Amino acid sequence: MHELSIAISLVEGAQEEAAKHGAASVSAVHLRLGPLSGVVKEALLFSYDLAAEGTPLQGSKLIIEETAVMVFCAACQGRRPIRSLQSICCAICNAPATEVVQGRELEVVALEIRQ
Amino acid sequence: MSQEPRLVEVRRNVLKQNDVIAGELRQRFRQAGVYTVSLVSSPGSGKTAFLEKTLSLLGRSHRVAALVGDLATENDAARLRRSQAPVRQITTGTVCHLEAAMVRSALEGSNALEAWDLDELDFLFIENVGNLVCPSSYDLGENLRLVLLSVTEGEDKPLKYPTIFNSADVAVVTKIDLAAAVEFDWDSALANIQAVRPNMQVLRVSAKTGEGLDEWQRFLQARVAEGALGKLALDVAFPGV
Repeated sequence: MHELSIAISLVEGAQEEAAKHGAASVSAVHLRLGPLSGVVKEALLFSYDLAAEGTPLQGSKLIIEETAVMVFCAACQGRRPIRSLQSICCAICNAPATEVVQGRELEVVALEIRQ
Repeated sequence: MSQEPRLVEVRRNVLKQNDVIAGELRQRFRQAGVYTVSLVSSPGSGKTAFLEKTLSLLGRSHRVAALVGDLATENDAARLRRSQAPVRQITTGTVCHLEAAMVRSALEGSNALEAWDLDELDFLFIENVGNLVCPSSYDLGENLRLVLLSVTEGEDKPLKYPTIFNSADVAVVTKIDLAAAVEFDWDSALANIQAVRPNMQVLRVSAKTGEGLDEWQRFLQARVAEGALGKLALDVAFPGV
């Protein structure tokens, strides 16, 4: 369970970005989260409020958009979904896929701020 | 202050700070010519025994050192020091994984005299905290990430922890001297590894009997040679970069 330390990094990073945009307050943080990031959504949501406490982000909402794992399939030459995390194969042609092009995201993509 | 909140787009990796430090470490390792290998696995899968043997064997012909992470105790460092290689323990307290900053401070030591001179090393091994979940998120600047799986853990570990297996470069099946005793199903284990990380190379070792350790050393040296060739090709193509 490392979501609390992730949440602390998240709050620190969001604060820095908010300052760059001259925010007076932050009401929400939008995060993209991939299944291969190693981070669990529920645990992160739970940790977020704790991490934000006593910071300018206290009371802000964390909004998580979960991404799907996408691979580049060398066999059918395209960006494809996978069968499952337990079977990292192209969902279209079933070929094993070695090149993950999406699914490791753990990134802040937007902030809702008041200036 | 306006009343309506405004949506501003940003793009920031949450682990940016870790990634920046990991990038700096990777560059330092490359400049010093140190090949860095990290080891992840569940607790008790034989990381320390495997590393102890690796340090002893590889240490005959190369300059090797290790950092070893645990929540508490210096026990693993004490074990690894029997190999005569320089070893430092990183005790993380309650933290369940290593981060790049911990690796950096361990290399620096507590004062300038203690800092390890990377130019004096050929291989650096970093043993992560025994945990198959959290270490997958953190880049440590390593060249190669090994995930260890002991035959006593069961063949379906890769399916239960796909993220860490997918984040690793090579799988090492350990304690193979016990494979028959626990009726380890090789076909199923190898299929499960390939399912979560297609084309992953798998090595088989026993730290107890020494089986597979020669192959592991040859594999490592081949990887280093490939890296050196790659660097040479780059130097020729882009001199002075």
